[in-house]
Amino acid sequence: MTTRKNTKKPEVSGDELKEFYREMLLIRRFEEKAGQLYGMGLIGGFCHLYIGQEAVVVGLEAAMEDGDRRITSYRDHGHMIACGMDPKGVMAELTGREGGYSKGKGGSMHMFSKEKEFYGGHGIVGAQVPLGAGLAFAQKYTGGDRVTMTYFGEGAANQGQVYETFNMAALWKLPVIFVIENNRYAMGTSQARATSSKDIHTRGEAFGIPGEMVDGMDVLAVKEAGLRAVAHCRSGEGPYILEVMTYRYRGHSMSDPAKYRTRDEVQKMREEHDAIDHVRKLLIDGGFASEDDLKSVDKDVKDIINEAADFAKESPEPALEELWTDIYA
Amino acid sequence: MARMTMIEAIRDAHMIAMEEDDTVVVMGEDVGYFGGVFRCTAGLQKKFGVERCFDTPISELGIVGTAVGMAAYGLKPVVEIQFADYMYPGYDQIVSEAARLRYRSAGEFTCPLVIRMPTGGGIFGAQTHSQSPEALFTHVAGLKTVVPSNPADAKGLLLAAIADPDPVIFLEPKRLYNGPYDGYHDRPSVPWSKHPDGEVEAGRYETPLGKARVVREGADATLITYGTMVHVALAAVEDSGVDVEVIDLRTLLPLDMDTIAASVNRTGRCIVLHEATLTSGYGAEIAALVQQDCFYSLEAPVLRVAGWDTPYPHAQEWDYFPGPARVRRAIDTVMKE
Repeated sequence: MTTRKNTKKPEVSGDELKEFYREMLLIRRFEEKAGQLYGMGLIGGFCHLYIGQEAVVVGLEAAMEDGDRRITSYRDHGHMIACGMDPKGVMAELTGREGGYSKGKGGSMHMFSKEKEFYGGHGIVGAQVPLGAGLAFAQKYTGGDRVTMTYFGEGAANQGQVYETFNMAALWKLPVIFVIENNRYAMGTSQARATSSKDIHTRGEAFGIPGEMVDGMDVLAVKEAGLRAVAHCRSGEGPYILEVMTYRYRGHSMSDPAKYRTRDEVQKMREEHDAIDHVRKLLIDGGFASEDDLKSVDKDVKDIINEAADFAKESPEPALEELWTDIYA
Repeated sequence: MARMTMIEAIRDAHMIAMEEDDTVVVMGEDVGYFGGVFRCTAGLQKKFGVERCFDTPISELGIVGTAVGMAAYGLKPVVEIQFADYMYPGYDQIVSEAARLRYRSAGEFTCPLVIRMPTGGGIFGAQTHSQSPEALFTHVAGLKTVVPSNPADAKGLLLAAIADPDPVIFLEPKRLYNGPYDGYHDRPSVPWSKHPDGEVEAGRYETPLGKARVVREGADATLITYGTMVHVALAAVEDSGVDVEVIDLRTLLPLDMDTIAASVNRTGRCIVLHEATLTSGYGAEIAALVQQDCFYSLEAPVLRVAGWDTPYPHAQEWDYFPGPARVRRAIDTVMKE
């Protein structure tokens, strides 16, 4: 069974690097703004920020093509932005407004976009994994070579339904890529405290599903692994597992003080392994961009996020009838 | 006596049960090292060791199933499911195994298992962190179902549940963890330290399963409820100016029908209130029993006030939530007849 480590750095163009930089920054600034709006009481309830994990979705989206699908858990803002959903609609869903993707009825964890092939946003740990296999089943059934990225965390990897899904996906050779975003902590429980083996990507072996571990703080490595996984699925070989090693800088949700890890640990990741800093350095050192170029990207991103925040504040609350729309039984 | 939040009272009950009986073990997601997402098990692992208070993977089916096996062997597992909404993967084990073990072994095995779950809304948790699934348990023969409404009861009921030889589903209204909640979301919240039910007796005491509590005596109508809605009911009754008796069921099964019937036979009017959706909710069971036992005393049809038959919305939480205004309307209606 293949368990590959990435050894060589891929060739990458300046334009692509700039695009990576912009996308990752867009996600980070979006999340920072969401955190601020939460602090101001404009967002209520549950809000799980993606800060630190940006390279995962940005790298994998770069390996995907039109018609490919994605589905994820409740830490979903980054996935939506990376697949091209409008930050305005995402932010307005967080604030529970009419202009949100689910008209305020879903909230942070529950939104969708048919247009962008984004199938949610699911609030129950692991519940989206069988759905991802179902999406891939439909892709195979209707012909063509499109694939589904099915994201879940290392905590969700202990849900029984994940293994029921692995079996069916392998049995029916479904074009599904199981992306395990391993950010090391399932809420407040570290991987070591709840998971019997260190290598989650090998868990497909019993089902004949190849897997590999990827450095999720390196967007280029993520993209390369994504391309391998996508090629495998497109060729009709069935599912593929990517365990992407990443890190969330913030708590599990807004109410989590994150006392289960040290400040030093977080600081070290931020300082030494930050995915955005990494690309920034590649851009500057490679002569692909000047500080001024990047400043202008920063400003563009900031404008988009401020617009999104304004929209999310100004969009009206949903009408009372909305409570009873889409109800059929 | 000490002032406690519901969280502290639940933690205290765990402490006492674990001190007294080393077959009591506590397990669940984040309960050990982290102390529980709502802090109900904080300090247990430190005090009793990792063997008796331990973290599980996010595997509700496996957690409940393992606990059933432990219970069958004579341990007393107290399981925390992090949110009642996460229970569904474990539901098969709850229904098919835990609830049925005594019956199908003709009494040879029992399943002394407590499954605690934070329940209900009021914290903007949207559809996957706000549900009230109690009727899914009361519908299953073989489960006792408990819903405390205050710290003092939470401690006494939890100790009774742990002492019980059979499986008990213990639903903790998460909106009440830190203070009573009367449904007026725009008013400042009151902490338990300023509420008489925040006074909790030290040491062991049990609040018996199957014994309701009349929280407000009244002559004109009976309002039957439990959990968070007890406080909503009291606020609504205060505002209505009608002399309504309010009954806190405390346990849904076993049900204290004697207290209910005595009250309704006296007042002749009855409203049932719960946060869970209306259709096939536990209110339907109460309404059916009331018409059966109190038919000739009734002056008006039994009314139900409940969550709407919709998923729990994110933005429109307070439109969904059966707050004091809806309860007052029901009081007006039941009094008109």
